[in-house]
Amino acid sequence: MKEGRYGQYGGQYVPETLMNAVHELNEAYEHYKNDPEFNKELDDLLKNYAGRPSLLYYAEKMTKDLGGAKIYLKREDLNHTGSHKINNVLGQVLLAKKMGKTRVIAETGAGQHGVATATAAALMDMECEIFMGKEDTERQALNVFRMELLGAKVHPVTTGTMTLKDAVNEAMREWTSRVSDTLYVLGSVMGPHPFPMIVRDFQSVISKESRAQIQEVEGRLPDMIVACVGGGSNAMGSFYEYINDKDVELVGCEAAGLGVDNPKNAATIANGSMGIFHGMKSLFCQDKYGQIAPVYSISAGLDYPGIGPEHAWLNESGRATYVPITDEEAVNAFEYLSRTEGIIPAIESAHAIAHVMKVAPTMDKDKIIIATVSGRGDKDVAAIARYRGVEIYE
Amino acid sequence: MSRISDAFAKGKVFIPFVTGGDPDVETTYNIIMAMVENGADIIEIGIPFSDPIAEGPVIQEADIRALASGTTTDSLFNLVVRLRKETDVPLIFMTYMNPIYVYGTDNFMKKCAEVGIDGVIVPDVPFEEKEELSKQCEDNGLDLISMIAPTSEARIESISKEAKGFIYCVSSLGVTGVRSEIKTDIGEMVKHVKNVTDTPVAVGFGISTPEQARKMASLSDGAIVGSAIVKLIAKYGKDAVPYVADYVKSMKEAVLQA
Repeated sequence: MKEGRYGQYGGQYVPETLMNAVHELNEAYEHYKNDPEFNKELDDLLKNYAGRPSLLYYAEKMTKDLGGAKIYLKREDLNHTGSHKINNVLGQVLLAKKMGKTRVIAETGAGQHGVATATAAALMDMECEIFMGKEDTERQALNVFRMELLGAKVHPVTTGTMTLKDAVNEAMREWTSRVSDTLYVLGSVMGPHPFPMIVRDFQSVISKESRAQIQEVEGRLPDMIVACVGGGSNAMGSFYEYINDKDVELVGCEAAGLGVDNPKNAATIANGSMGIFHGMKSLFCQDKYGQIAPVYSISAGLDYPGIGPEHAWLNESGRATYVPITDEEAVNAFEYLSRTEGIIPAIESAHAIAHVMKVAPTMDKDKIIIATVSGRGDKDVAAIARYRGVEIYE
Repeated sequence: MSRISDAFAKGKVFIPFVTGGDPDVETTYNIIMAMVENGADIIEIGIPFSDPIAEGPVIQEADIRALASGTTTDSLFNLVVRLRKETDVPLIFMTYMNPIYVYGTDNFMKKCAEVGIDGVIVPDVPFEEKEELSKQCEDNGLDLISMIAPTSEARIESISKEAKGFIYCVSSLGVTGVRSEIKTDIGEMVKHVKNVTDTPVAVGFGISTPEQARKMASLSDGAIVGSAIVKLIAKYGKDAVPYVADYVKSMKEAVLQA
């Protein structure tokens, strides 16, 4: 396969102004990924700062209650900053530092990637600016303050739908205006090559660990991996080390909002079509003239009209399957996991839990599912209360 | 010789830009005719896109207005059909890859040739990805305009060697929009291009005053102006035609003094 391509997907569709910057990033990454010193530093950060390895927790009560497959949860919510986003960010900010950059910029949806980037920037003495859709700054006000506390400057984005897609647009625009000292720390397995590859590699620590952990406790590989998908970084990280294990089923859960037949959804695999946007050829929710559709999900982190190119490829090749999960199903799962296991998941991760609730009862008791809890749900509590008609604000 | 090369053969060129359908297609028709009457050598028509990542706020807002008025790729093809009954001025479509790709790249370019478009500019398709549309452009006799930027450096050579029509020299870092000062050494960039090709070079991004246009045209083969015109349209809406006409006239005069 051509570099930066996953089947027909991927590529580098960005303005000329950014081309040297993406090449420079690619060269630096290809060098440092094999550099023992870099890997030692990164491993140290993951272990002693982020708190890895994350637990692989046997959800016994949930397993018994659902009455089917054995359910394990990969607890990315226990990482420092509360989500899987820190895995990628520590890698990219360390890389930026090695490249001699002094400033990082990033987009954020729910605020998880923004908080993680601001955290790594504080730790590694980098200037940090975060672009966040204005609507998301309102949905996730606490995370805005968190980023500011960490020393980052947060720019509310008021263009377009004022959500994640527009935050990516603005971060890209900002990068074109200041490239020499700045690295755009992209938060998902999307954008122009090499981002989908770099983010996947840094996130694949999730499946590297879970693969070893499940073999240790069960003596075998799992039958199914389930993870939520917006751009797709936690899913890619959860899937990656199992791609060659053909008997391990890989399932991504997309945000179907009010339903796949309702215009208010963000289910790209279910409803999207081929396109070229945000630096990549992939699947996008769009109209017949290629105008990107305004998408919707209760989850700010999954509220994105595209999907990473490697997911588009895994879908096309049939290696992974993608299922839509509605707001209602996700909220039910959010409440279910809280009540049953005492774990409040991010509303994004609740999309994966919702699918587990559907499939586990249909599977034999000797089957094993690993679901990734990509983040913790503290940030969502007020929004879920409002969804249930309780008017509390942060 | 293409119509684009002919335009450059006559001397320094002035290339105004307008977002198609802002505030509606009828006004765009009148604006383009006014541009022709006031000396525009080549005209760039933007096909609006929901997420124009290379544009500053002025053109982003124009895209939103144009889409809100119901403008589509097809309505702009129809606009060109009408324009071609009145003028031979070279017309270039500026848009992003997604509207072209989703229309069907081959279909899009065929339609361009059929209605009388001369070239296309697609800012999110760099040299590395130009196979996405270069063959379809060539098959249909359209010039695929290449861009060079202040960060291009060594890339200028490979880009220029394969460039068609003219080379769009991006004057500054960042997105489109009016700038009080252009700091890039444009002369040096143009010299770099001229070392490898005879393809003409026009400078765009940030130019708004006649003085800037004269200076940029003196360093190259022409000046491209977008945001300053779109600002007039944002301000005057359907009544913008005479304002754009006067502006184009003054800019063309400045370019001729270069």
